[in-house]
Amino acid sequence: MNTPPSNAAPAREQGGRDETPAGGRAPVRRLLRDPQAVLSAGVLLVVVALGLLTPFITEHGPNQASLEAINDEAGTHGYPLGGDKSGRDIFARLLHSVNTSVVSALIGTSIALAVGVTFGLIGGYYDRRLRGVTEWVFSLVMTFPGLLLLIVLLPVTRGDYRVTMMIFGVLLSPGIYRLVRNLVLGVRNEPYVDAARVSGLPDRRILGRHILYTVRGPVVIATAFLAGASIGVQSGLAFLGVGSSTVPSFGAMIADGFTNFYEEPLQLLWPSLALGVITACLVLLGNSLRDVLEGGRPKPSRITAPSRRPTTGPAAEADPPGLLTVQDLAVAYPTPSDGLNEVVSGVTLSLRAGETLGLVGESGSGKTQTAFAILGVLPAEAVVTRGSVRLDGRELLGLGERELSGIRGRAIAYVPQEPMANLDPSATVGSQLVEGLRAATPTPRREARERALALLDRVGIADPRRVFASYPHQLSGGMAQRVLIAGAVASRPSLLIADEPTTALDVTVQAEILDLLRDLREELNMALLLVTHNFGVVADSCDRVAVMRQGRIVETGDVLDLFRAPGHPYTRTLLDAILDEHAPRTDPPGIADERPLKEVR
Amino acid sequence: MTAPLLGLSDLRVSYPGHGLRARPTEVLHGVSLQAREGETLGIVGESGSGKTTLGRAVLGLVKPSGGNVRFQGRDITHSSRKERRALARDIQVVFQDPYSSLNPALAVGDILSEPLTAHGATAREARARVAELLDQVGLPGDAARRLPREFSGGQRQRVAIARALAPVPHLIVCDEPVSALDLTTQARVLDLLVDIQRRTSVAYLFISHDLAVIRHVSHRVCVMRGGEIVETGTAGQVTSRPRHSYTQRLVLAAPVPDPVEQRERRERRHRLLARERADLSGARIPRRAAAAPEEWNDTDRDA
Repeated sequence: MNTPPSNAAPAREQGGRDETPAGGRAPVRRLLRDPQAVLSAGVLLVVVALGLLTPFITEHGPNQASLEAINDEAGTHGYPLGGDKSGRDIFARLLHSVNTSVVSALIGTSIALAVGVTFGLIGGYYDRRLRGVTEWVFSLVMTFPGLLLLIVLLPVTRGDYRVTMMIFGVLLSPGIYRLVRNLVLGVRNEPYVDAARVSGLPDRRILGRHILYTVRGPVVIATAFLAGASIGVQSGLAFLGVGSSTVPSFGAMIADGFTNFYEEPLQLLWPSLALGVITACLVLLGNSLRDVLEGGRPKPSRITAPSRRPTTGPAAEADPPGLLTVQDLAVAYPTPSDGLNEVVSGVTLSLRAGETLGLVGESGSGKTQTAFAILGVLPAEAVVTRGSVRLDGRELLGLGERELSGIRGRAIAYVPQEPMANLDPSATVGSQLVEGLRAATPTPRREARERALALLDRVGIADPRRVFASYPHQLSGGMAQRVLIAGAVASRPSLLIADEPTTALDVTVQAEILDLLRDLREELNMALLLVTHNFGVVADSCDRVAVMRQGRIVETGDVLDLFRAPGHPYTRTLLDAILDEHAPRTDPPGIADERPLKEVR
Repeated sequence: MTAPLLGLSDLRVSYPGHGLRARPTEVLHGVSLQAREGETLGIVGESGSGKTTLGRAVLGLVKPSGGNVRFQGRDITHSSRKERRALARDIQVVFQDPYSSLNPALAVGDILSEPLTAHGATAREARARVAELLDQVGLPGDAARRLPREFSGGQRQRVAIARALAPVPHLIVCDEPVSALDLTTQARVLDLLVDIQRRTSVAYLFISHDLAVIRHVSHRVCVMRGGEIVETGTAGQVTSRPRHSYTQRLVLAAPVPDPVEQRERRERRHRLLARERADLSGARIPRRAAAAPEEWNDTDRDA
């Protein structure tokens, strides 16, 4: 299982995403917990084992015909499943057919994998020209009509199904080639591949160690399906009578049973059943593999409904005056081990109309979760365990989604961190704005359009008409953020929650957006809850600051006081970590290694 | 005076256009700069300024379309793959994202020893060097056996720094190495970089969008905009007494973590923008012309 990060290491460096990724548990172990995988793999193992043990189990060879055994009943001595129309042991033929299938699957998949993966790596990793050639060759292979070609090539293969399967493997390889090529194209510019290149590793080592790893999962999955396809084609060809008739095969047995169907229907059943079970198991196993290797982590089971117990104690009675009051708010997430992991533990804050409160903290401090809880947009598995959120005296926690979305549209608005991710790439900016406006207050389309244009103008967009008709990808990040702000302030909300609104933007654009937010706040007398990690932004825009750490607010205060005389040691640590504005690096460039020695002496 | 460690002259980089007849887009329009042994040269600019492309061109990850890159006096602009591999001993890299720059499948020890063994070290030598490197970047010795995902962002960035230090390079290209980190972690990683430089006299080409970071680690700074360098100078001069109007705007746009000082800075920025607008509406001034510095000298307390 997962080893937690060592505490011996620089202990405070708990920066960044701390969650353990889905790959944390060994895939094999997760596979073993999946009944479908265990069952299908088990059946396949038994079938293959039976095939391997054929000489010890059966009394007759697959082609050993005996006149007495013709159309024998199942259970006749020495013929557990009876004899076929030529007097051959059906059971023995069945087991030998298993071996034929296994060999076909092995040959077909290994050729397809060898060719497809090799060229996929080459085609994906190297430059366009080489890819052009491989692409062309594999497209050509794909155009061959597979089954026909295998039949036409009969004189070349001389009826040997193994040679046929080799050719079939080549015909299957384009699928693998494309899969691998696409995966490689996706990772070839990943920083760790670049880093390996800069480290001076030879190409084959980068391909073998760094890139092959990422394509491993999908290729394993595809292999299960390839094996099924190989067995199917081999049987199909045998059924048509292509290839040597002395090779026992499900296809040949089905063909025999087919001609004898009215006399002995069971003779058709056995090979069909065996073939069906094997192919089905391969497909099911492939699906399980896909779930384990590609599917995300299993969702933690929800323990309690997202309910909460609003505190109705004396604290709630004596509400401090203000627009927004949050009291003792706690948010928790279920852990895979059926516990609850609290990410916000008892946050209390209040916000007056027209005031800006900065909610500051490092990643993982719970500042965004607090903002989401106020907005009522926590993920479904999150649980608000206690607390209250009041806007203008009205309790928001526990409201239905309909009431909440009404409040979100009008009284509370939200500006996100990633402007681009919050615009629909397939619709114009204008249509999205108009839609939002009409959802908040039903207005005729024309009027909404005029209003949207006026809003775009108000948020400082130079050419509102052009931007109105643009798609999000045609805008810069700063413009997109202006558009979202326009949408947010459209209904003149009393509270605007901005979650790191400038973190993704350039510093010159950040300054403009902060100016815009400040102006709008004054104009509309909005309260602004500004979630940020940047103390420069706090100093620029906030009246008061709340410092969060590990789900708690450690200090709240006026912005001037907080910077001049931080009360809590954690706030001091944060402020000390700010790089000095006025002291550029002054020590001269070091030249040789003797300098440290001099300093020591 | 010996040749500088790294010299770029009139470096141009174009990316191929999409489509049959599309013209390539030039993203670096003739950049020249020099970095000396043991020095940190800061490259600061906003998104799209070409600063990352500049770093990638030095690393040989993109092919320049013009100009040249000289390292220790040798022209390495068009070195072959083999020559590049040899250069890997001298030029290394630390990327921005500590999550994607380490292969999630390899243990930290393998990540660090891989480049060493690729350059001919024995397994035993590599192990000894890995222990030394982990110590140098302040990670515990048992880190070698663990996977990257067991570490926090700052710790992973330490691993990336250790990987860059492994072959004892002369130059490390640092592409926004602290931008993805929290404030307290950021300061500690920067201190580590400065400390390593003092001990090993490695040179850094330090690329960042954050003036405060650049000011903290750089001896000299180049300001980039739109694929060109608009201003070069010492860290003190560029960040406290910028000459080019763009640099001035950049400096004034960065908020100071002090409410009183920030209000002042904001007002100065508004004045500067108002004057630029007035200038633009009057006569068209050439883009490279430095704006009148009087406003800066009047009010700047550090000048």
